[in-house]
This record gives sequence, structure tokens and C-alpha cells, in this order.
Amino acid sequence: MLGALGSSALRVALLVAAFGLLAGALGGAGGKESWIRTAYAAAYTQFALVATATLAMVTALVSHDFSVSYVAQVGSRETPLFYTIISLWGALEGSILFWGFVLSAYTAAVVYINRARPGKLVPYATATLFFISAFFLILLVGPANPFKPVFPVPADGPGPNPLLQNHPLMAVHPPFLYLGYVGMSVPFAFAIGALLSGETGSEWIRTTRRWTMVAWGFLAFAIVAGMWWSYDVLGWGGYWAWDPVENASFLPWLTATAFIHSEMVEERRGMLRVWNMSLIIVTFLLTILGTFLTRSGILSSVHAFAEGTVGYYFLAFIAIVLFASFVLLSGLSPRLKSTGRLDSLWSRETVFFFNNLLLTGFMFTVLLGTLFPLVAEAVRGVKVSVGAPFFNQMTIPICATLLLLMGVGPALPWRSATREQIQRQLIPPTVMMVTVAIGVVVAGVHQFYAVLAFAFAAFAITANLREFWRGIRARMTMHQENPVTALARLVGGNHRRYGGYLAHMGVLLLAIGVTASSAFRMEREATLKPGSALTLGGYTVRLKDLWGREEPQRVVVGADVIVERGGAVVGSVEPRMNYYKTSDTPVVTPAVRSRADADLYVNLMAFERDGSSATLRVLVEPLVSWIWFGGMVVALGAIVSLWPAARRVPRRSPPGGVAVDEDEVAVAAEGAA
Amino acid sequence: MSTRTTTKTILILGAVVVVAAFAYMLSGRIGNNLVYFYTPSELLAEGSKAYGAKVRLGGQVVPGSVKWDAPTTDLRFVMQDGKAQIAVHSQGAPPQMFRDGIGVVVEGKYVESGTFEANELLVKHSNEYRPPKPGQQPEEMYKSLIKAGAP
Repeated sequence: MLGALGSSALRVALLVAAFGLLAGALGGAGGKESWIRTAYAAAYTQFALVATATLAMVTALVSHDFSVSYVAQVGSRETPLFYTIISLWGALEGSILFWGFVLSAYTAAVVYINRARPGKLVPYATATLFFISAFFLILLVGPANPFKPVFPVPADGPGPNPLLQNHPLMAVHPPFLYLGYVGMSVPFAFAIGALLSGETGSEWIRTTRRWTMVAWGFLAFAIVAGMWWSYDVLGWGGYWAWDPVENASFLPWLTATAFIHSEMVEERRGMLRVWNMSLIIVTFLLTILGTFLTRSGILSSVHAFAEGTVGYYFLAFIAIVLFASFVLLSGLSPRLKSTGRLDSLWSRETVFFFNNLLLTGFMFTVLLGTLFPLVAEAVRGVKVSVGAPFFNQMTIPICATLLLLMGVGPALPWRSATREQIQRQLIPPTVMMVTVAIGVVVAGVHQFYAVLAFAFAAFAITANLREFWRGIRARMTMHQENPVTALARLVGGNHRRYGGYLAHMGVLLLAIGVTASSAFRMEREATLKPGSALTLGGYTVRLKDLWGREEPQRVVVGADVIVERGGAVVGSVEPRMNYYKTSDTPVVTPAVRSRADADLYVNLMAFERDGSSATLRVLVEPLVSWIWFGGMVVALGAIVSLWPAARRVPRRSPPGGVAVDEDEVAVAAEGAA
Repeated sequence: MSTRTTTKTILILGAVVVVAAFAYMLSGRIGNNLVYFYTPSELLAEGSKAYGAKVRLGGQVVPGSVKWDAPTTDLRFVMQDGKAQIAVHSQGAPPQMFRDGIGVVVEGKYVESGTFEANELLVKHSNEYRPPKPGQQPEEMYKSLIKAGAP
């Protein structure tokens, strides 16, 4: 029943998508209002249909309807309700259904927000979104149909992968990842729409920027949540392993980051227009490539490719998008003539230029390292893996330079900086950088890149904080405001700018956390009898007792562990091991005692059946929590940046000129005084 | 006009330097960080060339060969691919799913004594997006612990 409902909703949705694609394209080409209205109506209809199918799947999961293939695959009567619901995205078919749901929601939102906007841009963009969703709907009615009937109906199912039902972050990381990943379809649709309609002016770039920021913010949050999940669940004490699945989520984030910087050069100065268009297209392609890599089974081995046909569909789709985008971009690039030119080397434009060079280089490095094993196996027939040292050696210098640029960019003005401006803006951060470098070396840090990272982060933090301070001071003198009001009005008056600086601060905190936790990480493993202890980094970790407990879906074995510091008991932790009844693979629950200065991470590795001893792995990782905090600050920065301006309508930039805003005038006045 | 040309030239030069530095690093680094994958019989077929190189070795844990010494966290076992066997030694507790007959991948070096010194041990588990196979019920040993330790 639910299976038939879901299946037919998806089939009709595919027809609607095909029709909407046609209507949008005709509406864009002919400009006929009736076709455009039809395409927009199709977007809402498609959303209603895919939402119905998704709801049918959730209902089937919750009611344990094992006649539906996906429920038979991931459902189980013992799984708690919460994990039953979120198993919607736990396996291939469900995750593609969820993808289709998010895409149809984005399509409906784009149409709703832009429904009254004249011109051909939105109809073409809508048609592009229908093209993408048609592809996913083809997967859903064909090779990845989650609603296939199962006969005979099993009485119970195996339940979701134990790894996916062991931590509440599984309810956070995947949906946000999809919101970010799928969200990159919208800027792509607007890019194609702009090329086809020829409406490549400031309207296009503003709309695209906002949608990219939305997806970028979601993706940043999802990546950090994924790191946190990996840290809290997998028990190895790390958060990033350059695993292909991680890389797949990171690649489009890098090019999207490049875009949200370089698009400002287009908005302000009319340059880099073909480049920006290419970045958007590449970002979208990387999301599809990432989905292909993680869903086709190609990652574990090239030979796993034969297991599913989904991979071929993805390859065909990537080829079509790549070819069509290339043809459109090369054929229509005269529509993207630069209207501005570079005035001076000492300008924000130059910093953005190098920022883009580094970010795309970063992307190519990670892409190469990820795809190399596949290419080597396909071409030379050898099985190789690219080790984490490759990624670290390549990306640490890039990251360090990017940290520095994060401070130089905000400090330099557009167009051209005078000698006085350069001195006034760059000397204080440089002083701070040198002070911190000397400070950490004196404190005993001798790893070159750790010193460099801390020093550059200090430079950039100073530069970004100074931007806030300069604005606050200008408002205080000009409007006689107190500092708090001045800060609120400053940020309120220019969400984009100060949201961006806030995001910088988040990335910098994250970078400090990553540097400290990887450079000063301590690790020890020992087998302890109840009552005995091991010491590490000032902590004494004492095993008190071992215990076991039976739960409906699993058996839990845990260790009571006492944490002592400086001779006094400061707390207790409880690392556990979970044996799921439907799986032969136990899953650990590491115990993490998280503090601002350092995390104590205790993992139960092995134990004697009679409870006489347990092997514990203990790690002390300084500043790990700064990574999670930094990630939230980045997301907050994205929210601030996107917050609609309440007081005033965004001003159009005069032709060929520079958009003026109040704060910049204020800051300039302060500088001149 | 001339300053603009100079600006552009400097910028292009800067870009070329960055890209060249990048290409240089890339070409050297990837070759040095490739880890080749062998099965026990393939590795033994290499003869003395196999000694000392960092490789990944994949195979099955020979049933009954696992010697885990908890007090010293020392792990020894034998790996096989149906044609040949290699003794493996590593430090640290094995992953929870490690057991007789399971497929494992170890990373490390094969040394002259005929032992593979592993510094990393990965158990092959099913793709993240595939559900686990219906497995055994929790074994009796955990239940014994429940009885012993339950309040």
C-alpha cells in the first residue's frame, strides 16, 4: 500500500519534472507568460509529489512495513524510533530519495522567491533544476527504487548499520550535508540560466551569491558535524583521515569558498566573470562526482563497480553536464566580457586572486589524491592507496598561506591601497604575528608548521578584529554611540561584510584547534586490572570496574573509569562497547571528557570475559573543542551574512563604479581624520 | 598605462610561481606516498625486493593463529590468501570486529625475519551505505560478564 503510493508518486513526479523542464525552457526561449506559470506550478507539484513519497517512506519505516524493499533492508522492530526515522538516509536508496526531496524543496523555494521577477533568467534556471531532479527521479523509479515490493514479507529486518544508530549526530550530519550538497544545484541552475538568457548582469551574481552562501553555510556546518561524529563514534580519536568520502564532501566546499570571494570582484569591479561562472559549474560537478564516488561502491575497489548500475547513470549524467556546460560557456562567453580592470597590486582584488589560486589548487590536490587509486587501477592494473602524508604535506602549506591571506584581505581596500593605508592596516597584525611566533617558540613549540599556523592565525585574527574595532570606533565618534550599540548597528548595517569576518574568525579558531590537536596529541594504550591506572599528559586514568547490560537491540559492555588530575579525582568516564543483535560487528562508544583546553578521550579496546582486565586507549588532545566551536562560528557567520537587511534596500552600484556603504564612508572618514 | 601593464605582469608572474611550486610539490609527493597493495602470495613472489618497503597487505586471518597478549598489548597472527601465509606482528589492541577468518588489511613493512611488522590494521567492513549482514546473536561471553558485573 505505502509502497504503491510511494512508487506512483515518484513516477508522476518524473513526468511532472520532464514537463516542467519543457515548460521552463519554452518559457525562457519564447518569454510566454503561460509557459512560465506552468513551469512554476510544476515546481510546486513536483515538491508535493516527492514529499508524499518521502512521507510514505517514513511512515513505512515507522510502521515496520517490511513489504517495502528499503524497510526490509534497513528496518528492524528493535531499533528505537529516533534511529528508525533517521535511517531514511542510512542506505543508498533512501539517501537518493532524501536527495530528491531536498532538491524538489529547493526548486519550489527558488520559484516561490523569484515568482514575480521578470525576465528569462528564472524560467531557464527552473528548467535546469527540473533537468537535475529528472535525473534523480529516473534513479528513483529505476535502479535505486526504495519502494520495490518484497515477497514473501519478512517478519523483521536487520536494522540500520550499527554505526549509524549509535549517535544522535547521525540526525544532524547527513541532512545538513544534503542541504549543502543539493543546494549547490541552485547556483548552477542560475549560472546556466544566466548563460542561456544573456541576463549576466549584477542581478544574476547577487542571486547566485545568496544561494551559494546558503549551500556553503550548510556544507561547512555538515563537514564539521561529520568530523565531530567521526571523533565521537569511530573510536580512533581523530576527526579527519583524508578518506575519499570525507574528501568528496570537502571538494565542492573549496570551490564554493573560492566563488564567494571571487564573485565580490565581479560585483564590485566587473572582473573574473567567466572564472566565476566556471567555479559554480565545477562546484556542482564536484557534488555529483562526490555522490557518485560515495554511492556507486567504486571507492572500495574498481571491481565493486559491477555490483550496481547506479554508477553508470552518474557517469552519464556527469558527462552530459560537463559537455553541455563547456559548450554553453565557450559559446556564450562573449556575454561575459570584463568591464573592469586591475588598478594596483596592493588591493583586495589581488588577495582574492591568490585566494582563488590556492583554493582551486587545494581542490586539485585533494581530487588527485582521491582519484589517483582509481586511475592507477584502471590504467596500470595495480592497487595503490594514497597515504595521508601526501595530503598533509601538500595541504598544510596551502592552509598556512590561506590563514595569512584571511588577514591580508580584510585589511586591504578595493582598487588600490596607499602606502599609509598599508602601514596602518598591516603593522598591528604583523606585530601580533611576530609576538605570537616568539611566544610559542619560547613556550616550547618547535614544529615549524605549528609555529607558522599559530603566528598566521594571530595575524588574521588581529586583522579581522581590527575591522570590527575600526567600524565601532567610527560609529562611536560619528553617532555618539556606546560600543555595544555601535557593534550591533555596525553589523546590522552591513550583514555581508561582518558576517564574512565572523566566518573568518570561525575558520581561524578551527585552524588553531586542528593545529594544536594534531601537533600536541598524546596517546597511550594499556591493559589495566580493576583498581590500576595509567598516566598521560597530567591525567591519571584508573579502571574501576567492568559491567554489562542488555538492551532491546543490543548488549552493552562498559568500563567505569575514574579520571584524576594532580592527585585529585576530577570526574569519571564510561567508554562502552555495543554488540548489536543483528550484526556481527561490535561498535564502540568512546568516552570524551571535553574541556576548552584539552579533551581526554578514553576508548575501551578489549576486555577479558570474566572482567579481570580491560585494554584502554587514552588520548589527550589539546583544543579539539575549538574545532566544533569554530564550525559553529562559521555557520553563524553565514547566517549573519544572509540575514535580510531590515533598514534599507540594497543599493545598486553605479555603472562601472563601486557600491558605497555607510560604514565604509565612516571608516574612510575616520582614517582621514 | 605602463603601471597597469607592470601590475598585470607581476600578477601573472606571481601566479606562474605559485602554480609551478605547486606542480613541483605535487609531482614529487604523490610518488613517494603511494602505498601498493599486495596479497601474501604476491608479496612473497617479490622475493627479497619485498623487504623494507611500505606496503599494504590484504588477506584473511588464519583461524586459530591469533595471539593477543593483553598485558603488553602485543598482537600476532597469520594472514593468508589461499596460496601463501605471512606472519603479522603489531602493537595495540585489534579492532573490535577482528576475529578468526575475517578479511584484514595491514599497512607496514615486511622484514628479513619473515614477519610483517604492521603499524596499522584495518578490518574490511562492508560499505558504509550497505547494511550489515544478519549476524550472530551476542555471544555467550558477554552475557557471562553481565551476570558477573550487573548490579
